Amino acid sequence: MSEPITGPAGDWRSYVRNMEDLAARSGMKFDPVEFEAVPDTFMMEIAVYGLPVRMPHWSFGVRYIYQLIQRNMGNSRLFEVVFPGNPGHAYLSNGNGLAENVLVTAHVLGHADFSRNNLLFRRCQAQVSEHIVEHAASHARQISQAIETHGPQRVEAALDAALALEQHIDIDQRLRRERYPEFLPDAKALVDDEFRRRFASLDPVAAHGAFETRKRAPVPPHPERDLLWFMAHYAPEMESWERDIFLAVREESFYFYPVFATQIMNEGWASYWHARLLREADFVPPQAYVDAIKCHSDVVRPMASDQQIALAVNPYHLGFSLWEKIIESHGMEAARRIMQEDDDFGFVRNHLTREMAEELGLFRFAARSDGQIKVMERDLNGLHEALLAPKYNFGAPNIAVSQLRNDGSLELEHDHVTDGRGIDVERSRKVLEYIRRVWRRPVTLHTVDQAGAALALAAP
Amino acid sequence: MTASDDSGSLGLARWYDLFSRGARDWLRHDEKVREAVREHLPKIIANGDVINDSARSVRVPVRMLEHYHFRLRNPGDSQGVGQGEAKPGDVLADGTPDHGSHKGEGGQGDGGIQLMLEIKIDDIVDWLWEEMQLPNLKARVGPSDDSDWVREGWDRRGARSRLDRRRSVKELVKRQGLGGPKTFTDEDLRFRQLARRRQPAVHAVVFFMLDVSGSMSDRDRKLAKTFFFWVVQGLRREYRSLETVFVAHTTEAWEFVETDFFQVTGTGGTVASTGLNKVREIIDARFNPARHNVYLFYASDGDNSIGDHAPAQEALDDIATKACFSGYVEVASGLSRQLATETGRLFGDAAANDQPVASYVIDDFDGVWGAVRHFFSAEAKALGPA
Repeated sequence: MSEPITGPAGDWRSYVRNMEDLAARSGMKFDPVEFEAVPDTFMMEIAVYGLPVRMPHWSFGVRYIYQLIQRNMGNSRLFEVVFPGNPGHAYLSNGNGLAENVLVTAHVLGHADFSRNNLLFRRCQAQVSEHIVEHAASHARQISQAIETHGPQRVEAALDAALALEQHIDIDQRLRRERYPEFLPDAKALVDDEFRRRFASLDPVAAHGAFETRKRAPVPPHPERDLLWFMAHYAPEMESWERDIFLAVREESFYFYPVFATQIMNEGWASYWHARLLREADFVPPQAYVDAIKCHSDVVRPMASDQQIALAVNPYHLGFSLWEKIIESHGMEAARRIMQEDDDFGFVRNHLTREMAEELGLFRFAARSDGQIKVMERDLNGLHEALLAPKYNFGAPNIAVSQLRNDGSLELEHDHVTDGRGIDVERSRKVLEYIRRVWRRPVTLHTVDQAGAALALAAP
Repeated sequence: MTASDDSGSLGLARWYDLFSRGARDWLRHDEKVREAVREHLPKIIANGDVINDSARSVRVPVRMLEHYHFRLRNPGDSQGVGQGEAKPGDVLADGTPDHGSHKGEGGQGDGGIQLMLEIKIDDIVDWLWEEMQLPNLKARVGPSDDSDWVREGWDRRGARSRLDRRRSVKELVKRQGLGGPKTFTDEDLRFRQLARRRQPAVHAVVFFMLDVSGSMSDRDRKLAKTFFFWVVQGLRREYRSLETVFVAHTTEAWEFVETDFFQVTGTGGTVASTGLNKVREIIDARFNPARHNVYLFYASDGDNSIGDHAPAQEALDDIATKACFSGYVEVASGLSRQLATETGRLFGDAAANDQPVASYVIDDFDGVWGAVRHFFSAEAKALGPA
């Protein structure tokens, strides 16, 4: 074979067009994707920041070091990162060989198909816009300017709080929300009829009052889960540039949510398509095909090759297996509808059947605090819940603003009934401290302690 | 961008080749760690092991900082999903009795990386100064035969090694602005010049006087040593040449070299005046108070023999007129008597007479920090109006 199969970046670009045509012929619908090959170091930063250009914060530095250590231990390797949008942006590691890049191109098209059609993605994208990469870059610029104007310490204090609360958004509300109505809605409008006139003639004062007084609505009128939005709009003493930082973080969270909540489906879908497109791509030389399939099986394998049992589930493998089964038994049309309508919660509950769970060898285990790990009885619902538990509510405890007092102090309420237990006291105190520094008034959080008794935490 | 060139080709480096955000934010993390360490300065200072003769830095173990999020309380037991050949009831890992406590230390899940932070002693002293918001001490300046080369001005001629490139380029640019030739000419070159200048004398001598009588325990001596160490560091900041004199006394007094000084143990009673007189003798013999800034720091447990009051007072009064500052630190690891001791009264009286004297009690290692702060503020006050 005269053509080099591997080697930096090979000439995988020549296959991109072919792959796109093949994908379109196979019924995939996606917006154009811009591919860019970048050095491994940059790939790593994209993975750490979640976006190619993002605001500076020391916590990313911590993640960066962990990632660097992982990479040096050879634990993880990133082939691609893709950002949905129109156009989408795909970053490929320029350390990939030709075969890997062919595979990755197909994989990226799978993601592009998913993010263009999945309703959760579409809803969030409709609000965040299809240019999250550019938006995040402009947030980063805006924050650098704030650092210049207001100094690094103050900006960092705002970011400490905002990024600590990044999961606390309300995805069911719109990205751009109006403030709460200032007054309670008028009591039912009184009909000006005979009875009413007679009543007014008996006690003009009382009757008049009923018409005139408008009651100021409490803030918030209902428990508010979108802490970032609430703080940006109702903090008594935050400056406008600080509010902007909160809103910038919130916008990025709206972008991250669908990525988080459809991970199993999305990775599974992309894996299904890269396997299938590769099988059908007659333009790929046989050797590259074999290499790419090898790479595929590394990506979707459930556990490391020297292990019999894994104590974690590889979302690529789980998603891939479920999609194969769905397409095999219900056809592509049904699969596409599921892809559009579900997120991981519906997907796992509806399609991870008892038979599938057994076929995949999924089991539930209990880990005791003394280190003992024991496999539990088979229970499909239990299995679903154990898989999904870390994904509820963006993976964060349910915390809502319950009251903004007249003196500007903030009351937060943890929904310990839904979450099943109280919150980590030490960490929460630190978060309250972050909040306190920008809220500048007392902040209290109500939860329960180990014994289930009410516990109020205040920022020190 | 599908058709764009491979990065790294030619000179068209992309921004991410030149700049790492991860590294930038990591540096900020490091800075924060340093700030956190700084808040624990008293602990570092109190750590007696800091003081090695040659050590110019301290190594402090630190953990990576965590950016906190709200999190549910760690459940004692948790559930997870695994994959593989396992039947209900299989035990995949045995519980060990001490595993729980191991895990409880936290940070394990994150890999729990420990860093060793190296902090220069000079930095710590800088921080101390900032922290205490001390005015820089005014040194007693005397005439001197010291002279030194100082940099002064530029010239068009000079040794090649003194060529000031930056300055020369500026000249070139200036001339180009006037439309001259575009290459360097001899006219552009600028050389740094040196001149000989007399330096005022800034000398200091510090007397460390330690009571080594039988009542001073090892711990007392270590407290004193830690305190002395930081005092020297603080004074070294101010004086280019700092001499140290070490005096120990029981009922007699001796001068020691530094290494032996802290090893000395004695037995018997305490007569402070012997030590003070020794200091006096040494000042008169070797130092000229007009040209030297003299400091005395005395550490003792405070027990002085009753009959010694008058001689000690006389000796201290004499030293106080010659010295910039005298400090008394009472190491009382047992019961603290708050300077209600014989020696405490001695220094207390001197301070009451408006002499540059201060006293302080150290009962444990945390107290060292307070003592250092106390003395330097007192000293600054004593020197302030001068």
